[in-house]
Amino acid sequence: MDFFYAILIDPFVQMAAQPDFFLQVVWEGFVSGVLYALIALGFVLIFKASGVFNFAQGIMVVFAALSLVGLYQAGVPAWLALLLALGIMALLAIAVERFVMRPLVNQPDIILLMATIGLTYFLIGFGEFVFGGEPKTMITKELGLPTGSTSFEIGERGLIILQHIDIAAMVIAIIMVASLAVFFSKTRIGRALRAVADDHQAALSVGISLNQIWAIVWFASGIVALATGIMWGAKSDVSFALQIVAYKALPVLILGGFTSIPGAIVGGLIIGIGEKLGELYWGPLVGGGIESWLAYMIALVFLLFRPQGLFGEKIIERV
Amino acid sequence: MFYREAGQFKTSYAADQAVFPILQDKVGIAAMMIVAFVIIPLTANDFVLNSILIPTLVFTLATIGLNVLLGYAGQLSLGTGAFMGVGAYACYKLTTFFPDTNIIVLVLASGIFSALVGILFGLPSLRIKGLYLAVTTLAAQFFLEWCFIRIPWLYNYNDSGAIEVPQRLAFGVIATGPSATPLTRYLIVLSVTVLITWLVSNLIRGRIGRSWMMIRDMDIAAELMGIKPLNAKLSAFAVSSYIAGVSGAMMVFFWLGAAEVESFDINHSFLILFMCILGGLGSLIGSYMGAAFIWVLPIFLRATLPTEPWLWALANPVTSLALVAAVAGLIAIWSGRGALAFLGVVVATAVLGFAFPGGAAAFQLNAAMVEHINFMLIGALIIFFLIAEPAGLARLWQIGKQKLRVWPFPY
Repeated sequence: MDFFYAILIDPFVQMAAQPDFFLQVVWEGFVSGVLYALIALGFVLIFKASGVFNFAQGIMVVFAALSLVGLYQAGVPAWLALLLALGIMALLAIAVERFVMRPLVNQPDIILLMATIGLTYFLIGFGEFVFGGEPKTMITKELGLPTGSTSFEIGERGLIILQHIDIAAMVIAIIMVASLAVFFSKTRIGRALRAVADDHQAALSVGISLNQIWAIVWFASGIVALATGIMWGAKSDVSFALQIVAYKALPVLILGGFTSIPGAIVGGLIIGIGEKLGELYWGPLVGGGIESWLAYMIALVFLLFRPQGLFGEKIIERV
Repeated sequence: MFYREAGQFKTSYAADQAVFPILQDKVGIAAMMIVAFVIIPLTANDFVLNSILIPTLVFTLATIGLNVLLGYAGQLSLGTGAFMGVGAYACYKLTTFFPDTNIIVLVLASGIFSALVGILFGLPSLRIKGLYLAVTTLAAQFFLEWCFIRIPWLYNYNDSGAIEVPQRLAFGVIATGPSATPLTRYLIVLSVTVLITWLVSNLIRGRIGRSWMMIRDMDIAAELMGIKPLNAKLSAFAVSSYIAGVSGAMMVFFWLGAAEVESFDINHSFLILFMCILGGLGSLIGSYMGAAFIWVLPIFLRATLPTEPWLWALANPVTSLALVAAVAGLIAIWSGRGALAFLGVVVATAVLGFAFPGGAAAFQLNAAMVEHINFMLIGALIIFFLIAEPAGLARLWQIGKQKLRVWPFPY
């Protein structure tokens, strides 16, 4: 009886008793959810356009952030470093398309997945070789991002603290999703991307160059990776540990469906908030640290009821 | 010429269904067994046994486990590392409860526990498949890792949180712990690996294995033809996790000697996935080759990199030019432009020939840089292999056999 009380009732009593703490937790979850969603967005872009499950998205985030910080430390002014980092991501996109994607066209999914894991290893080695393995501090101020925090008082003793960088992250995420939506629906390249996503062969037959599209898509997810890297680097350090955190984007994708951009956002928020609430209110019951697997369990439970994710296309199978 | 079926007549169904139907295969496998069981124990030193052969065999077994699931039953799993961990912790608890039992029996029994856990986490596979399933196996990976830390009963409440292998006997010989000789441990690991390979090779030739392959090739069609997905998928998960568990127990008891949760983390799952895919999906010999390749490659690189002068090239403009030319040559070969390839290789050799003698000792790499280059090379090699031979090393093996069959003719 005590056990069920502890699981089913006590956490909610705590939430009601300290609403400011609850709101703070939700906000923290919301912010990390936005970051998960950004990583997932990079996955979705590539998966939609090429059917490749890009495992290297996590390391691309690290790599983009490292290039930015590394260039700045080498004496390049911040705005130029940002542009150069974008250039590096573009080069990476072209190289990946030429040396990984093009020779592997028409291979089974699992082979392509393996190739991106190989790419992950390559980028880990390359990044550490060039920039060194030690954590770096993100150049938040130099890029003109806000660093302070604001606190709101709620009720009599309640207090919520909002970090400005978190708000900036949210704004940037919204801008990015909006511009991606416009890009996909209004521009020529965006339409070509959607055509490729819909049917490779049909797109080829109306004269769309697959190779070009893939390079563009990898570059687009490189831009998303750079933005994610800046935001995440501003919250903690820029280090290769970020790459492990990026695995969290996988349950987000599962929840949202591999092909849905709104799904990535909603999934990210559900996972982010669910994880933080679970850790703080239910975690102590089993000794804490459940953050490491709770996201996957949430995704697992969702999958049992909706195998294609929340927003994924319905899976139709024929023999 | 050297390897052909002609003239070898089969007069019974048993002969037709033999694992090695051809004389040359029988001779070959017997020769390999003699090398593995007699010649290597007589010649190999402790370093080779401890750092190369034992880990290769342990990972081979884990790769076979994953191959059953991925290569034969078509279910992608990223949780192999954790299933190995279940086997290791189960074996540790068993040695605590039954200190006098033969350790080999305990190792084989510990697989049963990981098989049960595997069935549990295989349940979602009945409803979801492909990459979605991969993510649910990640749930298994992270959840089990968490269990290994948070349940102190698993490591007997010791302060370090690690499992230390106690000294145990197998057939009256010290088999585990610090005083067991590498040779003993090698022979035990080899025997278990060969035994399980043999069992699996028979399993996949039989009814169960065929039902796995039907599920892999098209699960709906298999279901229509009377294969129960429940039985086929869960038995694949059970067998796969059993093998992974035995491999994990052997990893800790006969190789590492002590283990923490880091020994079973997600990187190990990926390592084994690499071995499985590079070796060749759905091939047992490929599992051996993939495991040996991935395990030996870093050791080889570590042993050769710091002293090899060619790395000096990275710091010298002339030699980097040569490297660029060599790479250009390779790309030209690959894209089928023969003349360009020839030119590239010639320029590369010429420039390298001039530049080498001068700067051999000028560029020293530290250990960390070697490690990073190692990572880069592994990544690049994996991509290269996938492009060159998506079917893995096992396919190269088949091509070699075919060449021997038709030699001296081209086809």
